[in-house]
Amino acid sequence: MGLGIAVSYLSLLVLIPLAAVAWRSLDGGAGAFWDAITSEQAVAAMRLTLLVSLGAVIVNAIMGTLIAWVLVRDDFRGKIFMDILIDLPFALPTIVAGLTLLALYGPNGPVGVNIAFTRIGITAALIFVTLPFVVRAVQPVLMELDREMEEAAASLGAGRFTTFRRIVLPALVPAIVSGVGLSFSKALGEFGAVVLIAGNLPYRTEVASVFIYGQIESDGVQAAAAVSVVLLTASFLVLLGLSVFERRMTRHAE
Amino acid sequence: MLSRLVMRFTAIAFLLLMLVVPLALVGYLAFEDGAGPVWDAATSPAALSALRLTLIIAVIAVPLNAVFGIIAALLLTRPRLPGRTLLSVVIDLPLALSPVVVGLALVLVWSRNGWFGQWAIDQGVQVIFATPGMVMATIVVSLPFVVRELVPVLKELGTEQQQAAATLGASPPQIFWRIVLPAIRHGLAYGVVLTTARALGEYGAVAVVSGKIAGRTETLTLHVEERFQAFDLVAAYTASIMLAILAVITVAVMRLLNRGEH
Amino acid sequence: MSILATGVTKNFGAYTALDDVSIEIPGGSLTALLGPSGSGKSTLLRVIAGLETPDVGRVEIDGTDVTGVRPQDRGVGFVFQHYAAFKHMTVRGNVGFGLSVRRRPRAKIRERVDELLALVQLEGLGDRYPSQLSGGQRQRMALARALAVEPSVLLLDEPFGALDARVRAELRRWLRRLHEQVHVTTVLVTHDQEEAMEVADRIAVMDHARLQQVGTPKELYEEPTNPFVMGFVGAVNRLGESFVRPHDLELRQVPNGVTHAARVERVTHLGFEVRVELEQESGGALMAQLTRNEAEELGISEGDTVHVAPRRERVFAGGDGI
Repeated sequence: MGLGIAVSYLSLLVLIPLAAVAWRSLDGGAGAFWDAITSEQAVAAMRLTLLVSLGAVIVNAIMGTLIAWVLVRDDFRGKIFMDILIDLPFALPTIVAGLTLLALYGPNGPVGVNIAFTRIGITAALIFVTLPFVVRAVQPVLMELDREMEEAAASLGAGRFTTFRRIVLPALVPAIVSGVGLSFSKALGEFGAVVLIAGNLPYRTEVASVFIYGQIESDGVQAAAAVSVVLLTASFLVLLGLSVFERRMTRHAE
Repeated sequence: MLSRLVMRFTAIAFLLLMLVVPLALVGYLAFEDGAGPVWDAATSPAALSALRLTLIIAVIAVPLNAVFGIIAALLLTRPRLPGRTLLSVVIDLPLALSPVVVGLALVLVWSRNGWFGQWAIDQGVQVIFATPGMVMATIVVSLPFVVRELVPVLKELGTEQQQAAATLGASPPQIFWRIVLPAIRHGLAYGVVLTTARALGEYGAVAVVSGKIAGRTETLTLHVEERFQAFDLVAAYTASIMLAILAVITVAVMRLLNRGEH
Repeated sequence: MSILATGVTKNFGAYTALDDVSIEIPGGSLTALLGPSGSGKSTLLRVIAGLETPDVGRVEIDGTDVTGVRPQDRGVGFVFQHYAAFKHMTVRGNVGFGLSVRRRPRAKIRERVDELLALVQLEGLGDRYPSQLSGGQRQRMALARALAVEPSVLLLDEPFGALDARVRAELRRWLRRLHEQVHVTTVLVTHDQEEAMEVADRIAVMDHARLQQVGTPKELYEEPTNPFVMGFVGAVNRLGESFVRPHDLELRQVPNGVTHAARVERVTHLGFEVRVELEQESGGALMAQLTRNEAEELGISEGDTVHVAPRRERVFAGGDGI
């Protein structure tokens, strides 16, 4: 009975609606689907999405690892607040995230920097909403990491940077990859955080999700559905690849 | 030890510039002309109606996802379930979905010329541009959280306690209410908090299905965007502060639950 | 109350856990199911409890067919190796659980729980949580919990397996005394032959999903029906075609026609017992147990050649199973 309920719930809310998207994307045949996803505007949107998502996850891979390191290995007053702060982007509505960034770095911001309607701005918004993923993936691994390994490396004459590069970093790589994968998948589809900052200038600051939204609003539903299928597939493949990677890693560790 | 300090201050500076200062600035800007405008914005009919709708949606979506989450997690941890991997993949699917795609998917099924739309209208239910569609959108985007929290907890719990209860004469409902539910209550609460946070804060999926009719299908997040576009920054910032306070409460509750676990 | 299992077979996928097992367990007895891990003993216990359904065969408790009956309705008490303590309940809550799901009045439950806590020597610990108890205390709590509903049979699955040696020995003696007090038909699963011999009045030896032999500890030791049972319940030597216990090997200085020559490899003095390791001239190691007096009379030392003969031996038809 439980299985029946679960399957009905998922079918009604997830599977049937997604089937409708796939169906609609093929409205007019495979040719129309191909035309929709290769239209100049759609290609520009998807290319931009890829670009800003990559930018955001690269920043997060570095900053996330660094923050995790500080949280685990450093000790200073107020560290607990820093730790709590990391969860905030998980809980804060994405539209609010975008709005706060605009308040500080927008046209009327007090610092005189304007990232509104720029790719930098979109990247910053994506960094904001995916900030916790790498930190929260790396932090527990770093806590478990055997310090004796580092001491052994040091006793063998390795300098601090060498120890980090040869001993610590390899141990953290699976966690970083996992955090980056989740961030990337989230960034590909992000809408709320970027919608205010992007300003929806076609070819320039229009990411895929904003493109889809615009097409829905302007009755380009078939094009919206087609790009949705591409976006969904990409995001799904990232998560799938991640789970395969994680499974291989755990097998390796045993 | 220089590098340690450099790293510490890099981390702090990054968080300050990305998170703290922007949020604080929103608070400052809202109150720039005193508390009066903020109070007016917070108690305006549009804001109150948005708050009410946000809460209504959460009150429907969160319990449904909690019940579904428990059922699905029990299924996923059952020792011999055919198609378990498939079920697990479908449950995680919303994590890979852009909120806009979720909205589009629901529109294609439930709008007037969608698959079930006409049928729903014949039953006297309007789904798209109305509360039912917004509830559905919210359910989909917040669907995986309870399941993902409960599966590891149930795995850890194992089946022995349930078997012990069975040999002591407890019926399956008794086993659920008296053994399983108390044992997973922390994980469930954590999952419910995450679900609630997502339900209160969802923007994209709800934006697509709502039609953004002010005073009728506008949630708090939609209200933020609508006021911002209307250059009513105080109202946009005020609604943002309300949502940020809910987020801070969420994070605080998550902390407390995490501590209770250990 | 007696238990009767007839022709029970249970497969898990391609793996056969029980292969046509039939056993009768008399009412009021304390029977041990003894065997190496993977022999099917735990599965048999779980089939009796109703936690597993046999593919073929039937189970009767006290003459009633319970094969299709849910564990809830079988009236069995089950104790798990890892206690299966209800972690979110106090000791009282755990022990009273079976009565409380039967909706007995509170005062009655309280009274019965007090009685049981006294029986398992946990008085005064009723308001603690399982995490505040030692392993031995938790297992006694689990026993009290199983006994609370006055089960017709008590089933123990490696109940002392997770405890350290000292506590284990203590609990064995305690279980034996408890059984004498409450006299409920008890089945104990164990892989430890010493534990089975010490606690049980009957032992059923299992191996490779099959029942090998059932009997009293003495019967199994003295008259095993196959080499596996003989080797599993005690040490054994192979001498030609026959199997001999170490204390049934006679060592002589002079050959007498039936003896086998062997070289003394090592002599170990263990107080009253002297253990002699030998190498047969025809190949194959032997171990002999002598008393201190016998060893002194014999006057052997390492490197000597002695002649061994069995005082008692067993020969199995086609037996080649150690």
